[in-house]
Amino acid sequence: MALFKLNNVSIKGIASCVPKEKEFTKDYSYFSEPEFDLFVKSVGILERRVAPTAISTSDLCYHAAEKIITDLNWKKEEIDCLIFVSQSPDYFLPATAIILQHRLGLNKRTMSFDVGLGCSGYVYGLQLMASLLSSGNIKKGLLLVGDKSTLSTYIEDKSTYPLFGDAGCATAMEYDTSANPIYFNLQSDGSGEDAIKILDGGARNTVRPDTFDITEIEPGVKRSRRHLGLKGIDIFNFALKEVSPNINELIEYSGIEKEKIDYFVFHQANKLINESVRKKLKVTDLSKVPYSIDLFGNTSSASIPLTITTKLKDKLQDHTTFLFSGFGVGYSWASCIFETKHIYCSDLIEL
Amino acid sequence: MDIHEFTKQIEAEFEEVEPGTITPTTNYREIKSWSSMYALIVIAFVDANFDVQLSADDLRNSQTIQDIYNIVMAKKTN
Repeated sequence: MALFKLNNVSIKGIASCVPKEKEFTKDYSYFSEPEFDLFVKSVGILERRVAPTAISTSDLCYHAAEKIITDLNWKKEEIDCLIFVSQSPDYFLPATAIILQHRLGLNKRTMSFDVGLGCSGYVYGLQLMASLLSSGNIKKGLLLVGDKSTLSTYIEDKSTYPLFGDAGCATAMEYDTSANPIYFNLQSDGSGEDAIKILDGGARNTVRPDTFDITEIEPGVKRSRRHLGLKGIDIFNFALKEVSPNINELIEYSGIEKEKIDYFVFHQANKLINESVRKKLKVTDLSKVPYSIDLFGNTSSASIPLTITTKLKDKLQDHTTFLFSGFGVGYSWASCIFETKHIYCSDLIEL
Repeated sequence: MDIHEFTKQIEAEFEEVEPGTITPTTNYREIKSWSSMYALIVIAFVDANFDVQLSADDLRNSQTIQDIYNIVMAKKTN
């Protein structure tokens, strides 16, 4: 059981970076008009950001990192740890975090590593960084999260293409003995490995002659073995079954009253899923559940920090109590709860 | 919730369907506006009202509104 109480760590600031190119759902030619209406009503996505070929996840994270370092007046030589959470790294090897350590001009005494998680990745990343900082052996850490998911979706797959957007975020975290504890609940279930999957290109199924052949899976769903496939019903049932019990267990473990939570920031999966989770948690105050999915789509591990920086930037103050919950590919899901001091939010960068 | 109320409420989830056109024997895949998105909407409706989850197999093995209702009732009593 992965329930944690971690002391002495505070989140100082968050910066987000998205590509400036937009794609609008209304322009998606594979939707009929009724399909468009239903998609907007139930999934809730109006537009998404799509990175051109030249921009990778690490570029988005690099600019977010530079921004938060500048805005917080951090000295680069003080950064002891860099974690890059992504499922779209620059290379098979070396790890992208190491490339970013050098590109950002961080000290060679910085520890850097990648974590290969998606929708749950922000909370997993926070937990890893908080674990490392909590002891006080290192003092400052940068958590970089994000994905260029549009790299892996195929335009003739209605079940994936209109869902995903690209984004990268940087979160600055610090050893701080005056910080309130952060509580975490992290879970995984690999029986769901096929629910969201890219079949070929890894070491299990290396690229083969038919890897890039486009086949029709079902009407409206065409893709190759190198594209991301998604089983919507399975993912939906997983989220209905697992997310609210995970959160309720965390809240009970933390001893924080549910009514005291100011913001429930969920991974921006799809409005229907998130609203179902909200109702299961019996959260009736809609202002406590911010959405950014309308403007950015599902941005994988970046969705929680992107929602905070774009929707809560001007509302944050001392003694805000947050609950974050990320869930999806894996299956992997995780939540955290904490009362924070002021979290600085940088202006959104459009690259 | 009996089958008639169930059918009425499922019908209300569909856009552009005249009230009274969906009956327990309606093959839901033949409803004009049916798409895979409606599968998720039906799953969310059943989950919210019965605390029961319809799997992809449950939907694959059902044709009519009555079939879905029967699966829900069977799962509810288990």
